[in-house]
Amino acid sequence: MSNPAITYNEDVVRKFVIAGMFWAVVAFLVGVYIAAELAWPEANLGLSFVNFGRLRPVHTSAAIFAFGGSVLIGTSFYVVQRTCRARLFGGEALADFVFWGYQFFIVMAALSYVMGFSQGQEYAEPEWHLDVWLTVVWVAYAVIFVGTLLKREEPHIYVANWFYLAFILTIAVLHVVNNAAIPISMYSAKSYAVYAGVQSALIQWWYGHNAVGFFLTAGFLGMMYYFIPKQADRPIYSYRLSVVHFWSLVFMYIWAGPHHLHYTSLPDWTQTLGMVFSLMLWMPSWGGMINGLMTLSGAWDKLRTDPALRFSVTAVGFYGMSTFEGPVLSIRDVNALAHYTDWIVGHVHSGTLGWNAFISFGAIYYLVPVLWQRSGLYSTRLVAWHYWISTLGIVLYISSMWVAGIMQGLMWRAYDAFGFLQYSFAESVNAVHPYYVIRWMGGVMFFVGALIMVYNLVMTVRSSSTSRAAPDYPAGAIAAGE
Amino acid sequence: MPTKIEKDVISGRDTTGHEWDGLKELNTPLPKWWLYSLIAICIWGVGYAVVYPSVPGLFGYYRGTIGYSTRAEVDADVAAIAASRAGSMDRIKATPFAQITSDPKLMAVAMASGKITFANNCQPCHGAGGGGRPGYPTLASDSWIWGGKLDDIVTSITHGIRSDDADARASAMPRFGADGVLKPAEISAVADYVLSLRGKTGIDVSAGAKLFAENCVACHGDKGEGKREVGAPNLRSAVNLYGTSKEAIVAQISLPRQGVMPSWNARLDAATIKSVAIYVHSLGGGE
Repeated sequence: MSNPAITYNEDVVRKFVIAGMFWAVVAFLVGVYIAAELAWPEANLGLSFVNFGRLRPVHTSAAIFAFGGSVLIGTSFYVVQRTCRARLFGGEALADFVFWGYQFFIVMAALSYVMGFSQGQEYAEPEWHLDVWLTVVWVAYAVIFVGTLLKREEPHIYVANWFYLAFILTIAVLHVVNNAAIPISMYSAKSYAVYAGVQSALIQWWYGHNAVGFFLTAGFLGMMYYFIPKQADRPIYSYRLSVVHFWSLVFMYIWAGPHHLHYTSLPDWTQTLGMVFSLMLWMPSWGGMINGLMTLSGAWDKLRTDPALRFSVTAVGFYGMSTFEGPVLSIRDVNALAHYTDWIVGHVHSGTLGWNAFISFGAIYYLVPVLWQRSGLYSTRLVAWHYWISTLGIVLYISSMWVAGIMQGLMWRAYDAFGFLQYSFAESVNAVHPYYVIRWMGGVMFFVGALIMVYNLVMTVRSSSTSRAAPDYPAGAIAAGE
Repeated sequence: MPTKIEKDVISGRDTTGHEWDGLKELNTPLPKWWLYSLIAICIWGVGYAVVYPSVPGLFGYYRGTIGYSTRAEVDADVAAIAASRAGSMDRIKATPFAQITSDPKLMAVAMASGKITFANNCQPCHGAGGGGRPGYPTLASDSWIWGGKLDDIVTSITHGIRSDDADARASAMPRFGADGVLKPAEISAVADYVLSLRGKTGIDVSAGAKLFAENCVACHGDKGEGKREVGAPNLRSAVNLYGTSKEAIVAQISLPRQGVMPSWNARLDAATIKSVAIYVHSLGGGE
């Protein structure tokens, strides 16, 4: 330690990185399994605890909250310390409480799903007692993050921290409001939501869409704003753009949820607002993409030599694509075709695999040598293999779901010459089977890529070839900056 | 850290003068196309909100300038497609079966309607093409429980079997085992006899035959050929609703399963039910 006055808590970051990779493997494996169940229903083996309905929330929670959440919290702790030049507020104990408390929540949630407990609300499946526990953990997380910002030694707050803070505060509000429920007894896991009917649906999708907006977008933009300029060794393209796109993004996202409820009993005025705000959200979203990609100007050559940066930059590309596709899907007439089809599933995965997972991979490939004080990664060739296998997997996944989804939408609305439906629902299920098989193959490739990554990271930490000769790694391992 | 504005050599832009952990920002202006697009879409959004229903109030909501409503849009679509088939469906409703089946054009309409209605409503239980599955009768053979004429089929669809419809077809096989009417050994003997009815040989059925005559023939007939008036299945048929093994027959005598088919008259109109009957009749077992 060159400057003992400021040392950073990197222990908790290491823990979150390990947990993040562990949950990534779990999430992808369960995803591959339930994709197989959709293609070959016999794969549920007739066992209630591995049927699709119970494993699906295990997959989504493991991917979003366990993998995504661990990487988000871990990187936010790393970034906030370095960009504030301050050690985490609250000491090791509070940081460890957030780590173990969050992991406990994840394990309990996954167990409860396979045992058949669920609130039946997408991305908010855990029952009330787990919701209360998560609230406690999340408040502790917010205290650490805000406390660190307050004791910062830099005059200004770096843009990455705005996004992390928006993520932390908004998720807290969304979680508490959407999970408001009354247990049937203090000793029962079962509860009933305080909202009923269409109000319940609207609150749920206000929550659901902003889980996308603030968990999967704002939080990961925070990651982008630190790791891309670090990896590219270039300044952020535009400070002004970051200000305008930050405020327009957080202002507009919060209204977009009703586009999940087009052509339902939700009042027409609410549907209109959901659609209009979704379309207005297009440019604010692309502001982040522009800032990410243009930061590369003058450093594009690094993509040839740094496959980890390739992950980060491709992620921004997928982010731009998904945030264009989303507004298009929110248009009422497009939604009439796409809603309830696999197009939506493909859209979600172009965002989660292409954007969230790829930007996480880029950040973790950067972080592991820094956190474990290694001279570099064990093998950049393996990173390149991971990159191409995963990218091909995503392409298979989203293109098969485009075809399947649009085909479903067209089959469901086709009429014959006499005015009768042309196809039965069962025929549309039959028709998408080949695309379900292709989607499964795409998932397998993405999973294999993650296994390659885990091997590479383990070897990076273990192998003698990456042991550091001198403290010359550009990012600096422990030392605080002068 | 003091503010120190620098010039970035590559882009020629100034930095903002701040630095965090080695990270700096350029003070690049907003891209023009981006800013104008943002403004244009927001203006479009305001315009759209004027034209379409958008703003809530205490007593209802602003309806927009063109009176648009998703419900009205869906109703219009449904009405248009219903109108396109109204003529032919009215004729099917008004025409007796004998005349429909001899009119190729009307038959084509009835088969199209019956096929898709069957696939979306009946197939989940009765299987594709009416093949049946355990507990759900096959509709593609001549082994009918309640009758295979077009009018019989219409009655079954309209009112259902053991449904909550007042005119539902209903039959109740007694619970010979559960209610202690027959002892287990007697039930086993009856089951052996039923197996012999469909050709099994080499078993002693004298006791079973006697018990069958005493307990079963009233509904299932002297030779187990079944009675459609009371919905008693033909026991000699190769098609058997709840299984053909001895265990399955013993179970069905001891504590019979009583399958339920819903009544469809609240979900399907009369012409559609006639079409489904024509389609089912065509599957192979129509009488």
